[in-house]
Amino acid sequence: MVKQEKEFVNRPDNTAFTQQRLPAWQPMLSAGIIIPGFVLIGLAFIGIGVALFVTSQSIQVLEVDYTGVEQSSPCFKCSDPDVKNCVCKMEFNIDSLFKGPVFFYYGLSNYFQNYRGYGVSKDPNQLSGDLDSFKVPSDSCAPYEYVGKTPIVPCGSVANSMFNDSFKLYQIVSGAKIQVTLDGKGIAWWTDYNVKYRNPSVTPLKNAFNGTVKPTFWSKPAYELDPTDPANNGFINQDFLVWMRRAALPNFRKLYRRITEGDYAKGLPAGNYSLEIAYNYPVLSFDGRKKVVLSNVSWMGGKNEFLGIAYLVIGSMCVVMSIVMLIVYAKFKFPEEE
Amino acid sequence: PYLCEERRVRANDREYNEKFQYASNCIMTSKYNIITFLPVNLFEQFQEVANTYFLFLLILQLIPQISSLSWFTTIVPLALVLTITAVKDATDDYFRHKSDNQVNNRQSQVLIRGLLQNEKWMNVRVGDIIKLENNQFVAADLLLLSSSEPHGLCYIETAELDGETNMKVRQSVSVTSELGDQNNLSSFNGEVVCEPPNNKLDRFCGTLYWRDKKYTLTNQNMLLRGCVLRNTEACYGLVIFAGPDTKLMQNSGRTKFKRTSIDRLMNTLVLWIFGFLVCMGVILAIGNAVWEREVGSLFQSYLPWDPPVDNFLFNAFLSFWSYVIILNTVVPISLYVSVEVIRLGHSYFINWDQHMFCSQCNTAAEARTTTLNEELGQVEYIFSDKTGTLTQNIMSFNKCSINGQTFGKYPLGPQPKRLDFTPFNPLADLDFCFYDDTLLESVKVGDLHTQEFFRLLSLCHTVMSEEKSEGELVYKAQSPDEGALVTAARNFGFVFRSRTPGTISTTEMGRPATYTLLAILDFNNIRKRMSVIVRNAEGRIRLYCKGADTVLLERLHPCNQELTNITSDHLNEYAADGLRTLALAYRDLTEDEWEAWSESHRCADKATDCREDRLAAAYEQIEQDMMLLGATAIEDKLQEGVPETIAVLSLANIKIWVLTGDKQETAVNIGYSCKMLTDDMTEVFIISGHTVQSVRQELRSVSLTGRTAACPPSSWSTLPCPPPPPPPPPPPPSNLMDNISGEFALIINGHSLAHALEADMETEFLSTACACKAVICCRVTPLQKAQVVELIKKHKKAVTLAIGDGANDVSMIKSAHIGVGISGQEGIQAVLASDYSFSQFRFLQRLLLVHGRWSYLRMCRFLCYFFYKNFAFTMVHFWFGFFCGFSAQTVYDQYFITLYNIVYTSLPVLAMGIFDQDVPDHRSLEYPKLYEPGQLNLLFNKKEFFICIAQGIYTSVVLFFVPYAVLSDASQSNGVPLADYQTFAVTTATALVIVVSVQIALDTGFWTVINHVCVWGSLGSYFTIMFALHSQSLFRIFPNQFHFVGSAQSTLLQPVVWLTIALATAICIVPVLAFRFLKLDLKPQLSDTVRYTQLVRQKKRKPGRLGARGGSRRSGYAFAHQEGFGELITSGKNMRLSSMALASFASRHSSGWIDTLRRKKHTSAQHLGGVQSSTQLCLWVSSSTLKLLLCSGRLTRYTY
Repeated sequence: MVKQEKEFVNRPDNTAFTQQRLPAWQPMLSAGIIIPGFVLIGLAFIGIGVALFVTSQSIQVLEVDYTGVEQSSPCFKCSDPDVKNCVCKMEFNIDSLFKGPVFFYYGLSNYFQNYRGYGVSKDPNQLSGDLDSFKVPSDSCAPYEYVGKTPIVPCGSVANSMFNDSFKLYQIVSGAKIQVTLDGKGIAWWTDYNVKYRNPSVTPLKNAFNGTVKPTFWSKPAYELDPTDPANNGFINQDFLVWMRRAALPNFRKLYRRITEGDYAKGLPAGNYSLEIAYNYPVLSFDGRKKVVLSNVSWMGGKNEFLGIAYLVIGSMCVVMSIVMLIVYAKFKFPEEE
Repeated sequence: PYLCEERRVRANDREYNEKFQYASNCIMTSKYNIITFLPVNLFEQFQEVANTYFLFLLILQLIPQISSLSWFTTIVPLALVLTITAVKDATDDYFRHKSDNQVNNRQSQVLIRGLLQNEKWMNVRVGDIIKLENNQFVAADLLLLSSSEPHGLCYIETAELDGETNMKVRQSVSVTSELGDQNNLSSFNGEVVCEPPNNKLDRFCGTLYWRDKKYTLTNQNMLLRGCVLRNTEACYGLVIFAGPDTKLMQNSGRTKFKRTSIDRLMNTLVLWIFGFLVCMGVILAIGNAVWEREVGSLFQSYLPWDPPVDNFLFNAFLSFWSYVIILNTVVPISLYVSVEVIRLGHSYFINWDQHMFCSQCNTAAEARTTTLNEELGQVEYIFSDKTGTLTQNIMSFNKCSINGQTFGKYPLGPQPKRLDFTPFNPLADLDFCFYDDTLLESVKVGDLHTQEFFRLLSLCHTVMSEEKSEGELVYKAQSPDEGALVTAARNFGFVFRSRTPGTISTTEMGRPATYTLLAILDFNNIRKRMSVIVRNAEGRIRLYCKGADTVLLERLHPCNQELTNITSDHLNEYAADGLRTLALAYRDLTEDEWEAWSESHRCADKATDCREDRLAAAYEQIEQDMMLLGATAIEDKLQEGVPETIAVLSLANIKIWVLTGDKQETAVNIGYSCKMLTDDMTEVFIISGHTVQSVRQELRSVSLTGRTAACPPSSWSTLPCPPPPPPPPPPPPSNLMDNISGEFALIINGHSLAHALEADMETEFLSTACACKAVICCRVTPLQKAQVVELIKKHKKAVTLAIGDGANDVSMIKSAHIGVGISGQEGIQAVLASDYSFSQFRFLQRLLLVHGRWSYLRMCRFLCYFFYKNFAFTMVHFWFGFFCGFSAQTVYDQYFITLYNIVYTSLPVLAMGIFDQDVPDHRSLEYPKLYEPGQLNLLFNKKEFFICIAQGIYTSVVLFFVPYAVLSDASQSNGVPLADYQTFAVTTATALVIVVSVQIALDTGFWTVINHVCVWGSLGSYFTIMFALHSQSLFRIFPNQFHFVGSAQSTLLQPVVWLTIALATAICIVPVLAFRFLKLDLKPQLSDTVRYTQLVRQKKRKPGRLGARGGSRRSGYAFAHQEGFGELITSGKNMRLSSMALASFASRHSSGWIDTLRRKKHTSAQHLGGVQSSTQLCLWVSSSTLKLLLCSGRLTRYTY
């Protein structure tokens, strides 16, 4: 007994773990797996690619640039920064039914919402309805923090630079203009509207903004953004929310309205249309562009030719590779006899 | 110079000694206490460049204009790293505290005012007189004052100090030894003046001033801390050096910090990456400057410049720092910690390995350093000690040839029966092993030759015996060979009992016999033989001679011709088995012959000039016309598995050099028996010149022979002859090596080595030595061992490993890249200096071929993947920079950046780094060639590194541009665009995590449960944590922190996002898969092939070329013998004192020390079963002043 015990004092444990004998799966890139695998992946990708490409082809997109750079453009006169409250009209034509629901976007290019200094220039506490931050906005809002000594609400560059062109769309039916109803509900993220941005719980909302000023670029204070719908004001105004969700890339488009109601719920019929633009937002100073985009969507979202083509390319490359590998494998067979 | 600084110590005078403020005996090896721990440890940690760098980044982040990330993205990993290191340091220090306390609180008896008082060690002062008792540790460096033994002698064991287990003797100065008891000692007020503390263990010089007289003190008077008092009832000593001043403490510490080559490569690469980081920062900063000037200045209506930064150049400058912060993840702080964790894991696997556990010694392998594991997979040169490392240092009488008949066949069968000698011979040694009973029969039937054979063995030697009680004999032999021979004779009935200067008493076949010893013709290296001339009871005079066959067979009487031939055949046989052989012969002398010779011998002895030569001539004269008796074969027992291990290691292209302090013959013999040298070798060169010229000449002739002997001269071109730093030879295909007809071995002597290592000859030596298959350096000093290692390190850029067991190997162990200590043989000095320790040489193959190989493989795979994943992660920011105005906007959420390296991707790669295996352990032992990629540095080098980062950059391009291309125009099915920043961030991050997870899945070759848990767990944790961080409840609590509320849900519900991720993954992974498959097909590595056969074929293949044996006739008087003992014996100088000392032991202690040891041996043998426990006794001469011959028990390790 003693002998045995003594002998085992220092003997390491004989377990699969300590002896590195844990059962293990040892995968091997064998031809039997790789070549069929490549073929399968390739076929799958080609299949998906075809589906994506076909779907994407069926999506209609219409873009109208209204920056007014060219003199011929109806908006040329408005592009002068000195002109105020300018309205211009862009006419366009739809050949065939633009299937609904149609989405109405505005697009900006060469616009750096993703600039770091721009992105941090806001006060999350203020935007979540914290009244203390109304009095003392966060430093990150600088230089849109105070006007004199009065705090700006909502403070910061992002809010200050909110897009403020507005659009009306008319169908011209035998000379008469029929307004296309634009639906502005639910165009922002659900979480932004319900969780992230909160108005202070003060009624009327206006009182919460006592002792503050509106952002310098704004024509109306936050609590009067939408005169038609009192619930669409303050920080939970849909257009404000859409603007505040900043874009990842310098060329972007943001949802402005949906065309889902009335006669146009099925889509925009063929015909002539007139877009009436309240031109307020200056972009020419930094060589930016403004446009309006009408688009419908499919199960995979908006028009996206890249995805389909990329799938097709990768899929066919996989198939080609599998053939190459098969040839190589046949020629330089893995040495079996060694 | 040390004279100007000296130490004065007055005995029993604390006040006087306190003036000098000598260190107290309290030792402190710990670094921290509770209060100082945090500041000191943090200070130490911030001395690491990496940590300071991250601290610097942290400070940068506090500047709002620069801060591109929140502070916690740096502080969380940094804190984690610091904490892990601090915990490790704290644990280490806790154990040091514990051992310090234990040592400091040991009790010792201090003489204070004439009374012995118990004091803790730490309270002992310089100048105190302390009393030591048997088996106590010496508390400080003491001057021995008096001892309970006669002549003020005392015995110490210095194993802990220098690793030597044999007992040593110390003697006090005669005046103090007379002081005797406490009363006299308490009034002793001598003053010692001596050298200041130093670390030289073998020297001490000082003077004792007492009663107006001076006495010189030497090391012989000192008891050093760390020694153990043995066989001495008690002794008194004066404390000279205490605590940190003691030689033990002065010798400890200062261990050179070893780094692996991967470490150095990693540091270089980190520097490169750092340079790359700065480049990227500069590019982006320039981009920023241009952008700010061209675009940003115009964009100011929406995005005004900060008032203090109203300048695009300054903006660009800040942007540079911002980018440095963002991109710092290319040099991830977790790299160093992860590497440490992996190495720690590998070290545990080494400690846990049952195959490296020696049940005889009850010791498991131990990785004493945890930082060198992967270097074990790259070793090219092994420097091995011989004694105790390759051999067990146990000699056993294995075979003999008597009168043309050979005995000692090892019986076949599973459980051979050992001969039991006890019924036949009550005096037999129980430990003696022999299997051939025909020899015993032959003795029993009274075969004259056999009896004479053993009679010779019992008479012709210089062994001393000690007989405590009737029949309990202990032999103290000068060399273990001789001990084995005398023990063999003892067991076969010819028992050597005792000797006086003029007689030898034996018991022959149960009957006592006494021989008159007329002369001992002593051994020396030239003679290679020794003889005795004895007169038996009947008055017949006979010369007995034993010696190397080469010299002895020449001196036989011509009538022996036939017998000589037969015996020669036997000798060849024995030599082929690697045994050490001796031939035995006798010659009858008539009274006249004896008288005549005796006269000439006396003349020669008295001669004043050329005494040596004259004596040799006299010996030569009588050792003629001898009659051959037979031959003995002694096995210098190799450790288990040594030849196999060496064969396997050399198949793995590892070159083994044996560096030994032993004699050339012994070393060569061992070289043959462990199959380093074989008869297939074209030539074995021996270099033993004493002068520079002769050594140079010998070296030249070697390389000349080498070149001409090589059959196809072209293939010999691998011999790197003249160029001074020979480039590491390209890996020769294995068959090319076989084609070289010439295999050479080089044997070089210590004195020649000294010349060969000189600056002008070292390259020549190196190129010659490296062309040889085996190199044996004999008679080398510890310093030379280290020099040889340094030579290879300097010129070869190869990883070296030194393995040894004794104190003399310490220097080489310390200077090699990896030092391995054999534990459980000699002391622990080598083990203490080593990086790895285990108890059997054969474990080396497992350590290198299995653990080292795996460690290297794992570390390389780990590093490749680690750099890849961080480049893939970080470079996305670089591409994004071109689209966000170079504003240092991150692509990902800040929490993702914080957690990516420490949570989402750390565990799978750690699991791979710790558990991965390409081929199972037994395969890597079967195919030693698998070891080669490590030596050639193939798995992780600069090229591999560039491939990894290229792959990383490619991945980052895909990860940025695929979402960019897809998402910029895409929208949700409700029309909301997907191109917002948060959706983009979540998409990219998810694609990244999935791509790197798939990549680690591809890289992992060995999927254990743990790997599955880690990979799937990491993916799971990514999604879980992301959903948690993007959840509404968390946002409601901290609205200021979690900006990404709702993003995960909103993004990951979109089919387009998943299609994007799938596309990105496919683009990243498909080329990798195709490339790997093609590589596997077109250029399979050996490991792939092995793995393939293992997995697919399950075919077994025997490793070839193992166990090829060969042998040649080699013989040598291979004793580790010294000249001069014969004289000591016949003069009786050693008898008187040693027998006196022994007698006093025997009389005063009912159980003397040898008894004690023997008893311990027996009990431990009973307990431990097969503890290798042969008591080897050897004689050694003590200092020149005493000319004492003392005996010392040399024991293998016991557990007290």
